[in-house]
Amino acid sequence: MQNKRYTRREFIRNLSLTTLAGLSLPLLSSCAKEEVEDFLQKHFHEMTEEEKKRVIAKLEQRYLQKYGRKFQISTKEALPDTLWGYGLELSRCIGCRRCVYACVKENNHSRHDPQLHWIRVLRLKRGNLINLENSEHYYDPDLVPEKGFIYLPVQCQQCQNPPCVKVCPVHATWQEPDGIIAVDYNWCVGCRYCIAACPYKGRVFNWTEPNIPKEEINPSVHYLGNRPRMKCAVEKCTFCIQRVRSGRYPACVEACPTGTRKFGNLLDPNSEIRYIIDRKRVFRLKEDLNTEPKFYYFFEA
Amino acid sequence: MEKFQEILNDSWDFYRRTLILVAKGSKLYYAWCLSLLAIIIVGFIFYLKQHEVGLIATNMNDQVSWGLYIANFTYLVGAAAAAVLLVVPSYVYQFKPIKEIVVLGELFAASSVMMAVLFVMVDLGRLDRFWHMLPFIGSMNFPQSLLAWDVIALNGYLILNIFIPVYLLVNFYYRKKPNWKFILPFILLSIPWAVGIHTVTAFLYNGLPARPFWNASILAPRFLASAFCSGPAIIIIIFQIIRKVSDIKLENEALFKIAELIAYAMFLNLFLLGSELYKEYYSHSIHMAPVEYLFEGLHGHNLLVPWIWAAMAMNVMAFFIFMIPQTRKRLSILNLGCLLVIVGVWIEKGPGFVIPGFIPDPLGEIHEYIPNLLELMVSFGIWALGLLVFTLLMKVAIPIETGKFTHTDYEKGVTAFRPH
Amino acid sequence: MKKETTVIALGILLLGFWFTSSANGAGEEFPVAPPPVTEGMFPCSNCHASIEINRKKRELKEEHSQIKLHHAETMRWCLDCHEVRNRDKLRLYNGELINFTESYRLCGECHGPQYRDWRAGIHGKRTGYFMSPGKRTYYLCAHCHDPHEPQFKPIKPEPPPFPPAVKNHAK
Repeated sequence: MQNKRYTRREFIRNLSLTTLAGLSLPLLSSCAKEEVEDFLQKHFHEMTEEEKKRVIAKLEQRYLQKYGRKFQISTKEALPDTLWGYGLELSRCIGCRRCVYACVKENNHSRHDPQLHWIRVLRLKRGNLINLENSEHYYDPDLVPEKGFIYLPVQCQQCQNPPCVKVCPVHATWQEPDGIIAVDYNWCVGCRYCIAACPYKGRVFNWTEPNIPKEEINPSVHYLGNRPRMKCAVEKCTFCIQRVRSGRYPACVEACPTGTRKFGNLLDPNSEIRYIIDRKRVFRLKEDLNTEPKFYYFFEA
Repeated sequence: MEKFQEILNDSWDFYRRTLILVAKGSKLYYAWCLSLLAIIIVGFIFYLKQHEVGLIATNMNDQVSWGLYIANFTYLVGAAAAAVLLVVPSYVYQFKPIKEIVVLGELFAASSVMMAVLFVMVDLGRLDRFWHMLPFIGSMNFPQSLLAWDVIALNGYLILNIFIPVYLLVNFYYRKKPNWKFILPFILLSIPWAVGIHTVTAFLYNGLPARPFWNASILAPRFLASAFCSGPAIIIIIFQIIRKVSDIKLENEALFKIAELIAYAMFLNLFLLGSELYKEYYSHSIHMAPVEYLFEGLHGHNLLVPWIWAAMAMNVMAFFIFMIPQTRKRLSILNLGCLLVIVGVWIEKGPGFVIPGFIPDPLGEIHEYIPNLLELMVSFGIWALGLLVFTLLMKVAIPIETGKFTHTDYEKGVTAFRPH
Repeated sequence: MKKETTVIALGILLLGFWFTSSANGAGEEFPVAPPPVTEGMFPCSNCHASIEINRKKRELKEEHSQIKLHHAETMRWCLDCHEVRNRDKLRLYNGELINFTESYRLCGECHGPQYRDWRAGIHGKRTGYFMSPGKRTYYLCAHCHDPHEPQFKPIKPEPPPFPPAVKNHAK
């Protein structure tokens, strides 16, 4: 009697274990060689030149299949003696959001589900600048600028003391030598601690696989910048790393119709941004948090 | 080599016999385990959907990027830390009534930590990249990132709270005296470690200047105070259930002592809450917006207001129940008090803590958050898994403690006594 | 003798050209985008070479009637900026004539601080490369500010982001 019960128990036990194993198969998914490679991919900093080249080739292949375009993926390093700074003339911003959508196009954002914007334009009532609680993000009038309001675009400030870098548990985000805070999209585990830590809401999350229309894809990308991302990785403004490391203006600077945005090398005394800091009254957002952002706002009028 | 072979044989024998032990039980036991299993499977299926589509399947978004999962995680780490309220009386003060149940309390802590770790795992966007968080193999950002500290602290606590009870229980199973010189340092280590896990969890919220609601020095003390309310309350309820369904002897005195400790902890919790409210309301800076959202509603958004006031009422009621000896020593009222504390602290520390940190967000936006069905189902699944694991652990631990389950060399029926 | 005179005359002419060319200002020092002239309107001398000069300040009725002057119109009118004898050129206050590609010099005569900032590269718009060896292209004042009606007109903004509650809805 005892033995019979024992065998029945054992049978039930074995059955339940097998069921559990079977249920976990979807999690392991189709362990294709590609996915195993992806799984084992090293951190960008730990990759040798050879490995980087291989990863680039693999990505180019994938993007060609997915989007039908030949991509140029750069891994260009920071230029020597550069520290990028951004200037924004608040007296000129009219809140037209051309910068937001130029960024979306240049940097291959997901257009919907989720809709990712790296730049957020806030509308504030005149007389109020610091208390952002009274800002309006979803203004949609027929014409801008609206009377009695000013507009404050905010994006990742590429802080010199970045709180996001401090809190990332896996070193997926770090500060490059030229001041840009970069993210290795393949290393991010999606814990969203950095999003909680950022005082400027500069970082956004790919809540699912991004949706980029094929005809609007931008194929000149940088590995740490605007290459098409994947689901559940964090992303943010990179000062158009694919442009500035060749000395080109970021897309938002070129898109602004009122010349609000300025860019330059903080270490070059003849740069536009240094001219601004030397002669205009610049301030930075939330300076009391000691993050040392590199985004200088200023007013003319 | 022979000794090693012997240990291997004994371990396998022990393991096999525990499997038989957990597979046998009363009808109630089967009903309980199977219903928990059903909830777990439902939760798992929902999790698969989330794993496939991504976290868009939840109600979290860029503005409120942590939700029900992290709320539960915070609460459960606190519950786990509460085992220290059993360890200290037992091993430091040699308080006999609690000493009999301390091993069970440590197993409860282990289940609680396991649940907490699971909640973090389901919250991760890329669980397949979890190995990036491991030291040496991945690139753990230690010591800068508090999440890295938390990984080490929680896993260390889990290992401690499995190792210590298993060591003691297996020794008792083989009717061997445990080597106290060996095990006592680990036990004593688990005391500061318990405080440590919850302090680290508090610090991970605390160190964010971007979120003024969390960036308060009072956070870590409040976490500990509320943890020492909720955890022991769960323990009191669970142990009464255990007393009823098994034949372990559990004196009421143990429960009343724990309840007394809860009273002190709840007083501290309420005092710290009062301090926080004074600071926010009197200073009246713009940083009080999250507190205003929580207690009054902000610009018409007031989803959490009824919840937090309910939690406040529950906590205050429970405080009086635990403080007044007459109500504390009446089991029926004590149980009511425990339930009030468990739910009240869950609201206060879970959603009532995590969500206002995101409202308003750093750029002033207000987006309310309610967990959706998927998050609820996955959360229930993990709670059920924790309860199931704890049940199975108890199914083995209690017979060992009472002496019913013992090495085949000994006859069954020998009266149990724990060699202290 | 005739040969010598020719040489001297040529020399004076050459010198004259050289001086007058340098009198045209320091030359084009900023790489600018092409001036935003209306289609078919440039060179202006196509029409104006044969039209009689009328210096009287008046409202234009026959041509250029779509231009509404809202730019210091109480103090200046068309011919204060456009050179009356050569409509392909603009006229500085001291009488110097400049090309449309150098129109910033004319704007800078009144709008000194903006001109100074524009020269430094912090007013207005530049595209291209801000670091050598790449080149940047300056936008002329006229590219953004219509010289006849400089005040910016309000424009339609791009759509706002989707609020999180409607994130699952269509594009």
